Amino acid sequence: MSLSWLGLVLGPQLQLGSQAPEMNDKTGQLYPQARAGTAQQGREVYRANGCFSCHSQQVRPQGFGADIERGWGVRRTVAADYLFDSPLMVGSQRIGPDLANIGLRQPDANQLLVHLYNPQITMATGQKSNMPSYPYLFEKRKLGRTISPDALKFPSGFAPEAGYEIVPRVEARVLAEYLRSLHAEVPLIELPSITPGTNAVAETNAPAAAPTNAAQSSATNSPAK
Amino acid sequence: MSSSTQGLSSVATGSAPAEVISSKEIDASCRWPLLVFFSSAAFWFLFSTVLGLINSIKLHSPNFLAHCPWLTYGRLRPAQTDSFVYGFAAPAAFGVTLWLFCRLGRTRLIAPGFLAMAAKIWNIGVLVGAVGIMAGDGAGFEWLNFPRYASLILFIAYVFIGIWAVLTFKVRQQDQLFPSQWYLLAALFWFAWIYSAANLLLVFSPVRGVVQLCVNAWYASNLLNVWLSVVGVGVIFYFIPKLISRPLHSYYLSLVAFWGIALFGGWSFINTNAPLPSWIPALSSVFTLMMILPIVCVALNVHGTLSGDFKSVRTNPILSFIVFGAFSFLIAQSMNVLSAFRPLNEKLFFTYFTAGQAHWLLQGFFASVAFGAIYYIAPRVIGVDLVQQKSIRRHLLVFVAGVIIYGLALTLGGIVQGANLNNASVPFDEVIKGTLPFLHASTIGSLLLVIAGLLFAVNLSSLCFNCVWGMGKQLVKKGEERP
Ligand code: HEC
Repeated sequence: MSLSWLGLVLGPQLQLGSQAPEMNDKTGQLYPQARAGTAQQGREVYRANGCFSCHSQQVRPQGFGADIERGWGVRRTVAADYLFDSPLMVGSQRIGPDLANIGLRQPDANQLLVHLYNPQITMATGQKSNMPSYPYLFEKRKLGRTISPDALKFPSGFAPEAGYEIVPRVEARVLAEYLRSLHAEVPLIELPSITPGTNAVAETNAPAAAPTNAAQSSATNSPAK
Repeated sequence: MSSSTQGLSSVATGSAPAEVISSKEIDASCRWPLLVFFSSAAFWFLFSTVLGLINSIKLHSPNFLAHCPWLTYGRLRPAQTDSFVYGFAAPAAFGVTLWLFCRLGRTRLIAPGFLAMAAKIWNIGVLVGAVGIMAGDGAGFEWLNFPRYASLILFIAYVFIGIWAVLTFKVRQQDQLFPSQWYLLAALFWFAWIYSAANLLLVFSPVRGVVQLCVNAWYASNLLNVWLSVVGVGVIFYFIPKLISRPLHSYYLSLVAFWGIALFGGWSFINTNAPLPSWIPALSSVFTLMMILPIVCVALNVHGTLSGDFKSVRTNPILSFIVFGAFSFLIAQSMNVLSAFRPLNEKLFFTYFTAGQAHWLLQGFFASVAFGAIYYIAPRVIGVDLVQQKSIRRHLLVFVAGVIIYGLALTLGGIVQGANLNNASVPFDEVIKGTLPFLHASTIGSLLLVIAGLLFAVNLSSLCFNCVWGMGKQLVKKGEERP
């Protein structure tokens, strides 16, 4: 009766339940590492506001979808990348871009915050963002004698009216820290970093017949101009 | 069917001959708990569809209601789906199950007051859960986003409801079982099992890393593709024969369908290239593909039972609800099977297609079947005249239009979105633009579903009103007769 439980719960738990960080021979460090405290707090803000309803955090290998080609990662994501994540929020919708590597794409906290305050600001001209704004994570303050050190720096034309500044609340600041901590690029033994354009295929998920898989992947890969 | 063996049980046990309980009396014994289950189902349906409408607007106009943290998309969306499953679908399932156990087992409901209480506790749990999500306390898991304190309330309420339902099943006076009975009995145990296991492994004592992904997928597919499917199909197999007064086409097809769903239904919702060892997604797709077997069995059985009396489908709106539900079941489950194929999984996972699939299953299939069943059951347990066909038909038309418009918009929109997403030469901005027409259409569908929810609530409360009115009239009459 509970066959699926054996396959999807017990089996995975037996294989992965006691996974531990391993020494990475390329970087000489343990991988993965737990997040810093602020980033971990930011993760709670990410959960509380349901960012996972629109954003996935999983990169599929080259040859399957266009995740790598879109610049969402340099390699597919694997089990080890998520070892410290609880609750796991890999997401099943891509109403927005995948965020598994947003920390690599956008390491600048101010940019991330401005985007959260009003996503429209960071869009190229003529483009419309479909992401909701999060004004409630920010505070509009009357300017004192000096500008607050962490007030948002806006591109010209988007600053609030004179005499006011926009200051991120704690939730916004830790959320940006969390986004900056999102990167899954460390090369792994079974998974050398793929630079876009090559045809290496991830071993962990390759079907048993390797040659056909290579053929398949190059077939799906080629037309992306 | 099974009427020939009536009375066998009393012979077999050798005790005093079983009293014959009239249907009227059986129905009356179910009144209060079922009234709580059905009226709360109506409330949560409306609640969930209103959130659905807001969410659907937000998807094309992201700044709609963006200033309020309680109403941000990332909270409203899980609040919408979870209040639908736990607020509408589950109570409707419990109510119909209890009634069928009583009717098919020819027995009164035991301790209805107690059950009505459990039903209220369940509703408190749903309320606490929905408010919890909107306050930012969501657990972060799909279909299991209620915070832990809400899940605890639900679980406690379920223990009572489940035990009572099983007891009601046990005291039946009719030994021979109709397929619907074991469908619903299995579903009772199934829900207890998956709900407790998933909460334990995800919320209370979480497993590590990606094992959570597996447990979440296991729970989601068992919840939607096994539990709700088994309940819905069980109800379909009771009502179609009942409403056209013909036997169920094939007992064996219903047996195979049941085991097929039970064995193969719990494996879906894993992306073919999820960050997992490859055997897990592989196993998941193989088993999901085998869902073809139960799909075909259900289709043949429904068709076989109906053939010869298709006319009734058009003339009896209750039957229309049930048959539309069966039709949507086939659509939803076929979509599930299709997305297990590797090349389609590549295109369709992560898109509105999966949301559309859940919609066909929850609204198209389950809600439709539940509406039909409730329209049949509610007047009987309340003890008033049936709902006017005209009012049911109005609800039916609006509902079916809403389901189809919303369902097609998401399904087709998802296909377009998936094709664009997987083509790196289409900039992300263009991907979004491509979905906008579909999102606008889905708002129309959402609006129709809200109206359908209103019509249902009106129809149900007019029954209660008739009941109170009738009682009042009787009292007045008695008062006049006395002096
Ligand atoms: C309604 C869906 C939706 C929700 C909810 C949502 N996003 Fe987005 N997000 C989008 C869309 C669409 C884009 C692409 C347009 C843009 O860049 O603004 C995007 C883009 C982004 C980007 C830029 C990605 C890149 O590749 O540059 C970041 C960072 C981001 N979102 C973070 C978040 C965070 C953090 C949350 C939760 C507080 C969130 N999003 C909630 C839809 C959403």
